[in-house]
Amino acid sequence: MNDSLTQIFIDSFLINNFVLCVFLGMCPFLGLSSKFATAWRMGVTVMFVITVSSILAYGTNLLLTALHVEYLRLISYIVIIAATVQLTEMVIKKLSPALFKELGIYLPLITTNCAVLAVALFQTVRNYDFLQSTVFAIAASGGFCFAIVLLSLVRERTDLSDIPSLARGTAITLVLASILSMAFMGFAGMGGGK
Amino acid sequence: MSQPQDNPLLNGLWKENPTFVQVLGMCPTLAVTNSVRNALAMGLATTFVLVCSNGLISMIRHQVPKQVRIATYIAIAATAVTVTDYVVKAISIDIYKALGPFLALIVVNCIILARAEAFAAKNSVGRSLMDGLGNGLGFTLGLTLLGTVREVLGAGSFLGLSLFGPHFEPWVLFLLPPGGFITLAAWLLIFAWYKERKTKPAPSAQDLLDARS
Repeated sequence: MNDSLTQIFIDSFLINNFVLCVFLGMCPFLGLSSKFATAWRMGVTVMFVITVSSILAYGTNLLLTALHVEYLRLISYIVIIAATVQLTEMVIKKLSPALFKELGIYLPLITTNCAVLAVALFQTVRNYDFLQSTVFAIAASGGFCFAIVLLSLVRERTDLSDIPSLARGTAITLVLASILSMAFMGFAGMGGGK
Repeated sequence: MSQPQDNPLLNGLWKENPTFVQVLGMCPTLAVTNSVRNALAMGLATTFVLVCSNGLISMIRHQVPKQVRIATYIAIAATAVTVTDYVVKAISIDIYKALGPFLALIVVNCIILARAEAFAAKNSVGRSLMDGLGNGLGFTLGLTLLGTVREVLGAGSFLGLSLFGPHFEPWVLFLLPPGGFITLAAWLLIFAWYKERKTKPAPSAQDLLDARS
């Protein structure tokens, strides 16, 4: 495994981009990418949730390992994530009611965004220390944000073009995602691959 | 969602297929379908979790207060997933390694929560079990269809059996992420086309000419 912080960052931001190369966080990626304005806000919110929950999960894992109850890991991570999402919800409601309204139902649904749980699980499996986990969380969520913004920019264009009625919606979005993903495969050469 | 007279098993399997009609649970659908074996294993694991969580949730649906229901559903799903995780590890370490983190990630698969909220919370235990089974098998069907296309084109084999002989040049792109996206897009298009054909007659030549001008 790559260990230096820069390597972790580049690896999870570009080479193994969470959305386009590891297929995590597909639901918001497909569901919320129709408009640029919503997409980047969602991206930043998810970045916040992932970073906070990754830090909390790191602490919890230390506790669980010390008590020898590792089988509770999955359940405790889920509870942490749900709590973080609740916290984010309150913060956003306080800071920007307009944004709160715009994100609507998708805000509580961050709980079931698999990218959030995956960051917590990956950092445990890979035995990252605290600093590595934090960098990993920021890079992975940044990659999510980057991908959803890129896709939303393309989708705003395709809205204006003539697409067969059958392909409108999910199908054409998947084709666009496939092309984006092919572009991201080009990064595989960086850092000597995996 | 469904009428009480409907058969929940068939509904989940075909009419409201989780992959092609509800478009739920996209992450595992795309991530583990690079071979038929992985797709089947993932589908069956999800089916097991879905049946367990649907049954349990339906059993306690009158006791759970409305405010904490989502948390309860997730806790139940997480328990079922932990069990599955250990069972798969015990049965085949190869499959466990191939599925990797996606086995644990079943807990955040939207299908589980969607079926809990939309069906198990409102229906009897028997019907909820059938619904879990139907949706799980429907999901398995979706994964297997995707896995078949990707394995046949990407590796020239089916369930590990070579199909085209030694001179086949594998189309590796289909095993890589872009292939997953494009295969799913193609299946969705086929399903949409099939549905439209059933409701509307095929367009005549004159219609096509009109549409072009």
